[in-house]
Amino acid sequence: MSSTVQSTGRTWKKPPFIANPVLRWGLLIATVAYVWWAMTSLPFDWDRIQDGVPRAIRIFKGAFPPSFIRGELLFDGFMESIKIAIVSTLLGLALSVPIAFASASNIAPKWLYTIGRGVIIVARSFHPVIVAILFVKAVGFGPLAGILTLTVYSIGFVAKMLAERIEEIDWGQVEAIRAAGGATFVTLLYAVIPQIMPRQIGLSIYQLDSNLRASAIVGIVGAGGIGSTLLNAFGRYDYDFALAITLCIIGVILVSEAISGRIRRNLW
Amino acid sequence: MLRIKELVKRYGDEKAVLKNLNLEVPGESVVSIIGASGAGKSTLLRCINRLVEPSSGSIELNGTELTKLEGKALRLARRRIGMVFQGFNLIDRLTVMENVQSGRLGYLPAWRAVTRKYPQEDIDRAFHLMERVGIAHYADKRADELSGGERQRVGVVRALMQEPEILLADEPTASLDPKTSRQIMELLRALASELHLPVLINIHNVNEAKEYTQRIVGMRFGRIIFDGEPTDLNNDAMDEIYAGVPAEERGGAESNTHLREVAAR
Repeated sequence: MSSTVQSTGRTWKKPPFIANPVLRWGLLIATVAYVWWAMTSLPFDWDRIQDGVPRAIRIFKGAFPPSFIRGELLFDGFMESIKIAIVSTLLGLALSVPIAFASASNIAPKWLYTIGRGVIIVARSFHPVIVAILFVKAVGFGPLAGILTLTVYSIGFVAKMLAERIEEIDWGQVEAIRAAGGATFVTLLYAVIPQIMPRQIGLSIYQLDSNLRASAIVGIVGAGGIGSTLLNAFGRYDYDFALAITLCIIGVILVSEAISGRIRRNLW
Repeated sequence: MLRIKELVKRYGDEKAVLKNLNLEVPGESVVSIIGASGAGKSTLLRCINRLVEPSSGSIELNGTELTKLEGKALRLARRRIGMVFQGFNLIDRLTVMENVQSGRLGYLPAWRAVTRKYPQEDIDRAFHLMERVGIAHYADKRADELSGGERQRVGVVRALMQEPEILLADEPTASLDPKTSRQIMELLRALASELHLPVLINIHNVNEAKEYTQRIVGMRFGRIIFDGEPTDLNNDAMDEIYAGVPAEERGGAESNTHLREVAAR
């Protein structure tokens, strides 16, 4: 307890985010120095950039107005993308659930946990475009490569998030079913599945939405769907058709995101 | 008849939580176990149905040695032991009926559990018990829609669905308000005598223990230091069980933590 209390004239300043001044200034200086070094050492060719501007203007001019003349091609491309998205989502979910259970540390034995987490890490470590390139090389151009790519992509996300949810469950419910003499399978079914169900449904819808978006991108490297249509349009200098495709992709994704968002909001 | 001999439970290398504990619960008696937090009450109950693995010693229920069981034999033994939990431990997102029927999971083939095709006699028994405790009209409600007292009734019915040979209740009233708490204790006492069922109740509330049970066991530091009728539990015995903290104050502190627990829910 202090006996004298000074009542006025004391100042206060918000403590700095990083308390150590050497570290604080060191980080700032290092960041600035690195950006400067990166900008000066990367090969920016100003002449080519200057040449590129009129080319970009020509492309955009060619793109307006967007042309929906080949609407049938557009429609077929989208149908294929949606098929790829739905099939790969279902396949991915079917594989994700067992992998998620295997990757939950509170449920799986150590050896199984290691395998499950390994699968998830591998599935997550590559961007879908890179996986798509591999699958296009392995199974050829077309929707099969797209389906395989997005299945891997779905496992990486859904299995990981679901495993984390399983690790957060209320263990008391598991104890209760065990105490009643339930076997392992029945315990998972009654004590774990109901607890993770909302998350599972939410993840499924999110993943469908996400796969639809990704299917447009992986199509560009040859994995089928609307992305392939877009690539072909660019290849033939049909910029007006390409713009039409791009607008439709934006539209479809906005709609699917709105729907999935609304469903997920009403779930919990 | 439940017979516990020289039971020891040690978590890792730490000091034993249960130290050579001996206890017999004959016939259909209702026994309260009291003691300060950390005395080992909960561990004792959980050793009986092996939610916690005993380190050594023997637990025998009507002639079956429980400590050595594994796999299917353990599940068959567990279904003979009902348990009621402090936090109810209901499956929140399932209906009351599914929760009640989950007490039969040790008896059901997996396909019946998956498809919810419960045998007719189980459904009859469930309705009978739910009517007995006054929750039959909630059969189709989700368990998390019920109040605390109603949920604990579901918990009790679930345990009774097992047709248990003994009922373990781990602080069954600690998450409930005083009035509901007394109702649940009254219910446990009544059911025990109706079904000729021995009941072991861990309880913090000494007054409820005295009022609703015929025998009180006092634990301290993993040992039983009192075992007698409620009338034998005088101030000296209370002081010994709750040594360090005067018994009255302890009661007050208890109801405070109780309030905090309820508020935290």
